[in-house]
Amino acid sequence: MTMSRRQFIKIGAAGAGSAGLASGLGTRWWGLDGDPTPDPRTDGDRVVASYCELCFWGCGVLAHVKEGRVTKITGNPAHPLSRGMLCPRGAGGTGLLYDPDRLKKPLLRRSKRGEDLFEEVSWDAALGKVAEGLEKVKQRHGPEALALFTHGSGGVWFKQFMKAWGSPNIGAPSYAQCRGPREAAFQLTFGTPLGSPEPLDIANARCVTLIGSHLGENMHNTQVQELAEALGKGAQLVVVDPRFSVAAGKARYWLPIKPGTDIALLLAWSHVLLAEGLHDAAYLAAHASGLDELKAHVATATPEWAATITGLDPGLIRDSARLIGASRPASLIHPGRHTVWYGDDTQRERAMAILVALLGNWGRRGGYLKHDRFPLAGYPHAGAPPPPSRARVDRPKGGLYPLANEVLASGLCDASRPGQSLYDLKAWLVYGCNLVQAMPDRPRLLEAIQQLELLVAVDVLPAEICGWADVVLPEATYLERDDDAWNGAWRRPFIAVRQAAVPPMYDSKPGWWIVKELAGKVGLADHFPWTDAREFVKTRLAVKGQSWEALSSTGVLLGPEIPTCEEEGAPLTFETESGKIELYSKELADLDFDPLPVYRPQEEGPPGSFRLLSGRSPLHSFGRTVNNRLLAEPYPENEVWLNADAAAHLAGFEARPLAQGERVVLVNQDGVRSTPVKVKLTQRIRNDCVYMVHGWGQTARGQRYAFGRGASDALLTSRVKIDPIMGGTGMNVNFVRFERAVETA
Amino acid sequence: MTRRYAMAVDTRRCVGCNACVISCKTENDLPSGGFRDWIVQEVHGQFPSLTLQIRSERCNHCAETPCVAACPTGASHVAAGGTVLVNRRKCTGCKACMVACPYGARWVHPDGHVDKCTFCLHRVERGQPPACVETCPTRSLTFGDLADPASPVARLVARRPHLVLQPEAGTRPQVFFLT
Repeated sequence: MTMSRRQFIKIGAAGAGSAGLASGLGTRWWGLDGDPTPDPRTDGDRVVASYCELCFWGCGVLAHVKEGRVTKITGNPAHPLSRGMLCPRGAGGTGLLYDPDRLKKPLLRRSKRGEDLFEEVSWDAALGKVAEGLEKVKQRHGPEALALFTHGSGGVWFKQFMKAWGSPNIGAPSYAQCRGPREAAFQLTFGTPLGSPEPLDIANARCVTLIGSHLGENMHNTQVQELAEALGKGAQLVVVDPRFSVAAGKARYWLPIKPGTDIALLLAWSHVLLAEGLHDAAYLAAHASGLDELKAHVATATPEWAATITGLDPGLIRDSARLIGASRPASLIHPGRHTVWYGDDTQRERAMAILVALLGNWGRRGGYLKHDRFPLAGYPHAGAPPPPSRARVDRPKGGLYPLANEVLASGLCDASRPGQSLYDLKAWLVYGCNLVQAMPDRPRLLEAIQQLELLVAVDVLPAEICGWADVVLPEATYLERDDDAWNGAWRRPFIAVRQAAVPPMYDSKPGWWIVKELAGKVGLADHFPWTDAREFVKTRLAVKGQSWEALSSTGVLLGPEIPTCEEEGAPLTFETESGKIELYSKELADLDFDPLPVYRPQEEGPPGSFRLLSGRSPLHSFGRTVNNRLLAEPYPENEVWLNADAAAHLAGFEARPLAQGERVVLVNQDGVRSTPVKVKLTQRIRNDCVYMVHGWGQTARGQRYAFGRGASDALLTSRVKIDPIMGGTGMNVNFVRFERAVETA
Repeated sequence: MTRRYAMAVDTRRCVGCNACVISCKTENDLPSGGFRDWIVQEVHGQFPSLTLQIRSERCNHCAETPCVAACPTGASHVAAGGTVLVNRRKCTGCKACMVACPYGARWVHPDGHVDKCTFCLHRVERGQPPACVETCPTRSLTFGDLADPASPVARLVARRPHLVLQPEAGTRPQVFFLT
């Protein structure tokens, strides 16, 4: 019961009181008795197990439901990724469910594309429009002219649709705009990409080295849990970051490196390990090839050499290398996640992978573990669709980016600009990813969009990409829908359930429903023989005799334990061509790339400018959560971090230096201007770069809280440097200068 | 033995993610703008010689309670285990307790009463930890009975160097920051 002060006084004055308020002796002047323990009663009448969708880690959650409303979300103790604990975003999922700005009805565009003027229509009308548009594109350009961009669990259904439709062009910005270089480098070196969640044994590491990763601010739940666990057990932390990150604040060694010079440092670390015999010679002799070539390659890469490049003290380079070496084999070089920085990123990640090998850390406790998927059968279904007749079109003509091991979202965008690729893409389905913030070089993205014959956006909120769509389809949130079960590879294989805690609000629909209805309208119903997501999952489980009831009630089924490291009896095997760890990469040599990583200087910015770096807040998942009122309270807008001493001497601001919290406009090397953003003057960053959290500065008016709040690093990323090995779009190659924001009335 | 509820906050583990803040808000159904716990990041030094301490702060549930002494209506009171609570039905929102509290731990709820951390006593009485403790991904927060020397919180406070906030205020805080 909630009662306002005013209401209470009225009742009290009437002298009636109520059973709960006044009962007997011991009263004070209010006529009240006792001090009952206040109980907000948010445990709910029932608890529904599911998994989270606030980011893509997939933690197990328990949704507490009271009188049809989700009151709170807690971690599922049975789930291996959350282990009963949640990050703030996971705990703040109700802020998404009850976001007043949610998409409520299907929308059809009613003006020029991008003018964000829409009309509410029925699902039948909206899907009819999509079907009509798709059929037209298919007739004129073939089924492959449709691309799907997807990020999130409901994307599974749309991928099924693409398969039935006959297009191979399915991509996500999470590869070429995020973890791609890492995947390519670890595949080259160890024969296996890492994927998500990464199979890292942080908890048992004696030393953890972060290179540009700001774990703790980057809030991948299990990894942060394990980092704290490791620190609690006395593990040491080495952090390489131009910014004094939260992790740096806990580090034994913080290396405030000059941005873009990491490869020099990594080579110097290899040099010290090899020169001082700190490497695992027996492990390398048994499992690696190319050690002699590596030794020769780093012979002159001394800490003194690297110091001149990185701006780091040579003693710091040597001491940190010695700590890293002395902690082996449980000395974990974290592979990072967002690794598209300078266009030589696969080579930097290769240099990291080489260190992993030198430390004998791959396949060992406290290192890179073996992981596996929970065995889950496919849905039994006859007539699989025929394979597409044309190969996917994410690589430009001429076979560039030969070692990309996933689809390039940037390549799909480029193929939508006529004549750029082997054939043109003419229609996009965009599921749950706001390409406007995810992709660099916004004019290029918008040019591609304007060339399309059809753009369909499926989302929960009116994200910026929805404003550019022809048809907008409102999906139910993860708390209101069933989805496919989740069986990502983990060191203890498991499967997790996604089930609705409450019915969909408004006229939103689950992804499976949208796809099934759409398939019916384009004559593909036969490919979707299941009745709904629940039946789909139940039937898949039944094939192997697995229990839906157990999965549904606990949220998780655990597979049998597997040996995850050499100490547990897992043999060290490598799926490279040689069957060994390839320190020297013949594959790269054959393609005319450096077979061992080489440091090459990055271009500097114009005088008076700062290199723009970006990262994350633990409260937010890119731009996806900016409109979440609950998460916004502790972190309402991003700021641009600027070294306080640099600010004091900033050219053009001599008369009146920038003040703490003052609003500034950032202008990049191409004249692109940010929206006004607060400046954070701090000692916690080098004086040659600035930093901001990614995802702000959004332009969609429908997200009333997020609109115009903070500034967008993506907008200022008008240039990229493309990794020639795998096509990643290196983004840390933009430079900004400061202007004072002009106050407007 | 009288119980003495206390909390240890491990500043070495805490990353300041705010999971404690958000879970507190939903557990206790707090209105927009109201917080019973919050994160403080304290930076010292000059680049590149810097230190950072991160603290998840809340009411210190002090053993000496100027807030209770200041309350004219008896709304602020000491409950089980020394937990400092506000009986919202007795509270007039006069803010005397807010002035008396050296920690800024109290705020006025839109319903008119003063609000603050309860150590989730409603959960504790059911044998559950406070919501912030339960969700904390770094296991930085340890809640328990300081009077029981075998309790995890008592052992941490006995074993680890720690500080309390503004000891000079003489309030004998029962939230201990392990350093």
